[in-house]
Amino acid sequence: MLLLRTVCLRLLSTLITLLGVAIIVFFVIRVVPGNPIAMMLPPGATDADIARLEALYGLDKPLTEQFLIWLRGVLQGDFGTSISLRQPVIDLVLGRLPATLELSVMALAIAVLVGGTLALTGTRFRGTRTEATIDVTNGMALSIPDFLWGLLLILLFGVLVPVFHISGRVSPSLDLPFTTDFYLIESIVRLQFGIFADLVAHMFMPALALAIPLAAIIAQLLKQSLKETMHLDYVTLSRTKGYGENHVITREALPNAILPTLTLIGVQFTFLIGGTVIIERLFSYEGLGNMAIDAVINRDLPLIQGIVIVFALIFTAVNLLVDLTYAMLNPRLRHA
Amino acid sequence: MLDGRAQIKRRAGWRLWLSGGWLGFLALAALLAPWISPQDPLAQDLFTSRLPPFWMDGAEPGYWLGSDSLGRDVLSRILYGARVALAVALIAGTATCLIGATLGIIAGYFRGWPDAVISRLVDIWMSFPPVLFAILLIAVLGTGLTSIIIAVVIIDWTRFARVIRAEAMTQGVMDYVASAQVAGRTRIGTMFTEILPNVLPTMVALLTLEMGIAVIVEAILSFVNLSISTDSPTWGGMIAEGRISIHQAWWVLVFPLVALFLTVLSFSQLGEGLKDRFDPVLR
Repeated sequence: MLLLRTVCLRLLSTLITLLGVAIIVFFVIRVVPGNPIAMMLPPGATDADIARLEALYGLDKPLTEQFLIWLRGVLQGDFGTSISLRQPVIDLVLGRLPATLELSVMALAIAVLVGGTLALTGTRFRGTRTEATIDVTNGMALSIPDFLWGLLLILLFGVLVPVFHISGRVSPSLDLPFTTDFYLIESIVRLQFGIFADLVAHMFMPALALAIPLAAIIAQLLKQSLKETMHLDYVTLSRTKGYGENHVITREALPNAILPTLTLIGVQFTFLIGGTVIIERLFSYEGLGNMAIDAVINRDLPLIQGIVIVFALIFTAVNLLVDLTYAMLNPRLRHA
Repeated sequence: MLDGRAQIKRRAGWRLWLSGGWLGFLALAALLAPWISPQDPLAQDLFTSRLPPFWMDGAEPGYWLGSDSLGRDVLSRILYGARVALAVALIAGTATCLIGATLGIIAGYFRGWPDAVISRLVDIWMSFPPVLFAILLIAVLGTGLTSIIIAVVIIDWTRFARVIRAEAMTQGVMDYVASAQVAGRTRIGTMFTEILPNVLPTMVALLTLEMGIAVIVEAILSFVNLSISTDSPTWGGMIAEGRISIHQAWWVLVFPLVALFLTVLSFSQLGEGLKDRFDPVLR
């Protein structure tokens, strides 16, 4: 019962947040100086032409009315038409979203893998030089943001030791026989391992740049919780039963120590997705974030609105998921 | 235990000196830029385009760190870029701290409806991808130093509000706050005399971190060519140019990147070091 109430309250608060985002985005970008319609028309267009196009895009109506029309459309899955690309916003966004999702999930996987390994190694060799090295590396990784990591990786593995691609999502010479935009997943499903390798060679650098700060945070928090758990009586008990150190850490301490880290990963994952905007730009990766920057530069209001709303949707969905998982895993809420 | 403390203290001191040293050096170089720059940072000369740094073949005296594709001196541009970076760090960092921390203290100490409103705003803010939000704001505000500073404040006040709110909440329920009120202080008076001094260490540490973030935000904005006017050299702008000609002239990318890297690292290490220094347990 309590769980159900928590879920309902949480859903309601998510909806309010989303509405707030919609309102802010809509009104903030309408303050943008520069008429987007004027940029679409060739020089020499008459005022009548401008007025006709404005009416077409609904820009001649009062702001609140424009907002309500737009909101009604959004609720029906219609985000309007992009001014600079002249296609439905929803198609453009859905066409680019898979690229960004694949990149983010790959980055998350790298972060969890690296961070988890570092935390376990640090706990196994606690109090030694190994742990100290891990701590110092973590500190460095944490204080450098993904943008700088991206630039360093471009220098290291794009120029000095050119082993990875540093721009684009896939080599343009490759023929893609795909029906969806989830290239990475589809290349596995269709057993096209040549294309898969090419995709990974393109995605690895941007994904790593996004993953490094998150890996450091995971390593730090998980190691701390693990070390705290290691002092608990039940862990000592399992040790007296004769289990080895590795077993004690991974089987006994880890399940209890992992909860705070899971919550943290959820929150930090939204930051990682936010980071894709500039990382995609840096690596000329054809994702949503790269398109967003172009949309802002072109003053493409419907497209900007659509992209920001989609990002906000993802952010709130991830947060919601984390809260619900937490409520589900927390025995006090589960059994009440 | 005592040994551990001494060790942390020594490490903190070492970090503080190194990062403070670089930032001081950079501030001095930025201030003196008009006098110590070997060249005019804007002067284009196609005869001196893509000169390598001084230790390589084909270098020209006066262009110590080489020149970019338009023949502009890299060192002079880094020195002038430091002025923009540090101005943004100081002004935007301080303004963000003041606004965010004020809202955080109010929310955490007074609770009730101010807390509900501020926390809801923070939630909404956290649903925006920050880089996209920054770019959007610059599109609205127009380019220029003031716009960048406003953008940093608008994006990042939540960082202070969240942390300081939590801190003020913890302090607010302490006995010494209750006794201050029993002694007849007003709520607002208590906020200034009891809560503020106790959240100050966290605020200072966050402020230094924020300055590093402000430098990065400025670099990102100038990287996508939305910073201040294209006439003024910025590190991000240089990095964007360097990214394009990376295979022909790596030095156009590397030197501003090193400056940016050291500056961001120094601000964050300074923040960490100050946090350790202020920590009452370690002190």
